[in-house]
Amino acid sequence: MPSYVFQFGPILIRSEELIHGAWLTIWFASVSMVLGLAIGILGAVARSFGPRWLSSLVAAYVELIRNTPLLIQLYFVFFTLPFLGLKLSSSAAAILALSIHLGAYATEIMRAGIQSIPSGQIEAAKSLGLKPYKIIRHIVLLQALRAIYPALCGQFILQLLGTSIISAIAAEELTAIANNMVMQTFRSFEVYIVVAIIYFILVQAFSLLFQGFSRFFFRWKT
Amino acid sequence: MNLREFGLNEFGFLILSARWTILLSLIAFAGGGILGVVIASLRISASKPLRMIAAGYIRFFQSTPILIQLFMAYYGTAFIGLSPDPWTAAAITFSLNSAAFFGDIFRGSIEAIPNGQWEAAKALSLRFIPTLRLVIFPQALKLMLPPTVGFMVQIVKTTSVASLIGLTELARTATMINTVTFEPMLVFGTVALVYFALCWPLSLLARHLEKRLEVEGRGRAALA
Repeated sequence: MPSYVFQFGPILIRSEELIHGAWLTIWFASVSMVLGLAIGILGAVARSFGPRWLSSLVAAYVELIRNTPLLIQLYFVFFTLPFLGLKLSSSAAAILALSIHLGAYATEIMRAGIQSIPSGQIEAAKSLGLKPYKIIRHIVLLQALRAIYPALCGQFILQLLGTSIISAIAAEELTAIANNMVMQTFRSFEVYIVVAIIYFILVQAFSLLFQGFSRFFFRWKT
Repeated sequence: MNLREFGLNEFGFLILSARWTILLSLIAFAGGGILGVVIASLRISASKPLRMIAAGYIRFFQSTPILIQLFMAYYGTAFIGLSPDPWTAAAITFSLNSAAFFGDIFRGSIEAIPNGQWEAAKALSLRFIPTLRLVIFPQALKLMLPPTVGFMVQIVKTTSVASLIGLTELARTATMINTVTFEPMLVFGTVALVYFALCWPLSLLARHLEKRLEVEGRGRAALA
């Protein structure tokens, strides 16, 4: 067996490309987290307080997305929308699919949070004459968000890792750049090890950020 | 253009390719389950280095994308002279990856068993392994069942990623049929329904088990 000499040189020379890829991954993850959370909040409110037809519709969306792979959702968005006359770039299709995907999980998580709020609080707010919008915003959502924050962060981390799949429709991010680099340098092991380490660092960084955010945001006592 | 239609043949071809998705899922479940027990046992063992190795293992697999792990196994093993076929690479990657998640689930369930059970077993002079096997594991089994079934759903969905190293399962069959028929809505809609048919029953079962556990827990709390 020929002995193998590790060569990280050809990869480290291109570290700028990798850093660029890491930024793109952060961008895809962050944008889809914001959009996904927005969908999740709206979805959970509609599911919990909306009329019956809307609640069922949201439930169907959640079940459908949670029981099919992200890759298929991505293909569906990417290949189907042009047929409907909507030409999206692969990045736009990726953001759309990622947000719809995360939105379903966020809806389910937020719904659990809303359910955890004692109904007495809502009744108390009502008897104080608060408007429904204010009750939902100040009494229900803020507390629900705090209750499910760890679960939400876990889902966000999975989302960060999930963005690697969008390389399948040629959206440019860290994994796509890594694949490109493998083709040019033929140093597959070295490239993927370095990229795995970058993802690892990103996950730890996002976890720290989420912890810091919760300390800043959820300061009130229960 | 001379395109094929998405007819009964293509539909049948797509449905039949589900067997490869199921097979890969079963391999990942069995391999990951067995290795997951080992990881969980290491994770709670008395030796600190062993605990740290298991924790590092779980951390690595949970903090890197499965796609990169798969590429590493498939393309990245050439440096030790290996060139695994897609099936071998996928079977190994999915087993190792599931083991990390199962290890975490099993450890959580085992640690949820009250300390008194361990002490009682010790008082009966049971050793570590018999304590686990006879006292802790049967009780932990109930707790780990709902998340284990829930994770099976994840496994089935994640196997679609194996299509990206050329393993011909559901997702890859769908892209192949889409290339020759160019009916993306029909093809990907159908394949989504096939995945849904595989995953939904498992999701419902997981939820049912979770609810039953909750009710039992409430009953026990009421008695206590």
